[in-house]
Amino acid sequence: MSCAGATAAEMAASLRAGQTTPRQLLDHARAQLSRLDGRLNAFLAHTDDLADRQCERAAGMLADDPAGAGPLCGIPIALKDVLCLAGYPTTAGSRILEDFRPPYTATAVQRLLDAGAVPVGKTNCDEFAMGSSTENSAFGAVGNPWDVERVPGGSSGGSAAAVASGMVPISYGTDTGGSIRQPAALTGVVGFKPTYGRVSRYGLIAFASSLDQIGPFAQTVEDAAVAYVAVAGHDPRDSTSVPDPVDDPVSALQLGVDGIRLGIPREYMGAGLEPGVRDRVSEAIAVLEGLGASIEEVSLPSTDLGLSTYYIIAPAECSSNLARYDGVRFGRRVERPSLTETLLRTRGEGFGPEVERRVMLGTYALSSGYYDAYYRRAQKVRTLIAREFDSVFERVDALVCPTSPKVAFTMGTIQDPLEMYLNDALTIPVNLAGLPGISLPCGLSRELPVGLQVIAPRLRDARVFQVARAYEQATQWHALRAPMVASA
Amino acid sequence: MPLSPDDVAHVAMLARLGLSEEERHRIGLQLDVILEHISALERADISDIPETAQVGNLVNVWRDDEPAPSLSQQEALVNAPDTDGEYFKVGAIQE
Repeated sequence: MSCAGATAAEMAASLRAGQTTPRQLLDHARAQLSRLDGRLNAFLAHTDDLADRQCERAAGMLADDPAGAGPLCGIPIALKDVLCLAGYPTTAGSRILEDFRPPYTATAVQRLLDAGAVPVGKTNCDEFAMGSSTENSAFGAVGNPWDVERVPGGSSGGSAAAVASGMVPISYGTDTGGSIRQPAALTGVVGFKPTYGRVSRYGLIAFASSLDQIGPFAQTVEDAAVAYVAVAGHDPRDSTSVPDPVDDPVSALQLGVDGIRLGIPREYMGAGLEPGVRDRVSEAIAVLEGLGASIEEVSLPSTDLGLSTYYIIAPAECSSNLARYDGVRFGRRVERPSLTETLLRTRGEGFGPEVERRVMLGTYALSSGYYDAYYRRAQKVRTLIAREFDSVFERVDALVCPTSPKVAFTMGTIQDPLEMYLNDALTIPVNLAGLPGISLPCGLSRELPVGLQVIAPRLRDARVFQVARAYEQATQWHALRAPMVASA
Repeated sequence: MPLSPDDVAHVAMLARLGLSEEERHRIGLQLDVILEHISALERADISDIPETAQVGNLVNVWRDDEPAPSLSQQEALVNAPDTDGEYFKVGAIQE
């Protein structure tokens, strides 16, 4: 089989038919990686010896019990470099963690290793997952496989590019304000953010703890569902982990959308959308209507307050979480005569500009005299935003809208922080309310991918996959590959 | 109201961020723009609206107070910039 761009489902079938081996799949992944990553910079580290060991393990699992081995057994994957992997560099895209090798492994990663998945490496990202373009990595920007002069979105840009360029069929990222869905949209792949608490955050380097969630990238909705199930479920090591049983997204894939009520939030289709994005999303809505879904315009009036709410809550949590980088227990230390000077220089030299900006913003919002005006107020508006979703979901089963207001932009063209933040205006409210959301390809604008976002009520993750899969089956956009995938 | 240079220096000190004067100036201007945008929140009617700190609806997640395996001392020290073999080493806190 031709491996560049093959799906995990195709690979799993070939493995069981004896047409390929985990070793061959890994060799293909490495070949594609070495052919393309000089142009993309998607990987920060290769985990070669771990991949080799996992190959052996997967081959053994498949030989012992081909039916019992899970769908990710023997499948090459990539991990965003905020996910701890014991003994391997885990930098979060930051100089301050340049030499950090965590002594423990994230729960989500451990579940993947136990399932026989084969991690080829750690992927590049915005520093501490703060950004919408992956230009904030201390280790260089990531190129978009559709046009390497353009950004792949962010912050999980390396994981998105690794799938979009056909290096691996599945990768994992994290989504705090859109950092899985927006890069998925900009690179033409599927990206899923689970309900908050569905995937353990144990071993995930924290950015904003009430918003962060781990999720997969894939080329198809089916692969994304399988990749999600592999990491989902309760973990006693994360006190925000949800104990409810995981609803089954894989069986939901076949349900279709006949009779499903879909809401189109008016505020998400308003000003600021690139015309091509609006057109593709409108066409996608028509496709879903043709499949039997009923379409209803709905309103989420506080949508325009989402960005402001997020840019208080996320920096506040970030300024608190990043206080741990003191150069004492781990990470870089810049030694100075006094402890205070050591702290100031360690952090000043260790953090890049976007992280410094957010730490400053968060510290300010939490500081004495401003707490009520900023942080407490933002927490109340967060309640408003969540209640508006609750009320809309009494009338409709899911929401459909654009993921990103525009397609991939050229590197270096957005210098104003606020303009950069606006890229996440349509993904942020989903994090604030803790809902599941997916982005999947729905066509091109200016020859660049456009993402369709599907949002469902809390813990109704399976419904997101149900709607997404119905759309995917009725269209061919998921089969479009970035030109560089095929060109040998 | 724009942040004064003293405000910015105060916040940088609270955050223990060693910034140059040029960096403080640039970040101050950027924070002014962001805070101006954020002031939109003043429009929201939040009377009688409770705060949301987390959206998981979980309350008081406890576990039994039983000892369980954790990192060894050596594992915990492995990433430290400076140790004496058993403890983290830092500079003197008092002059």
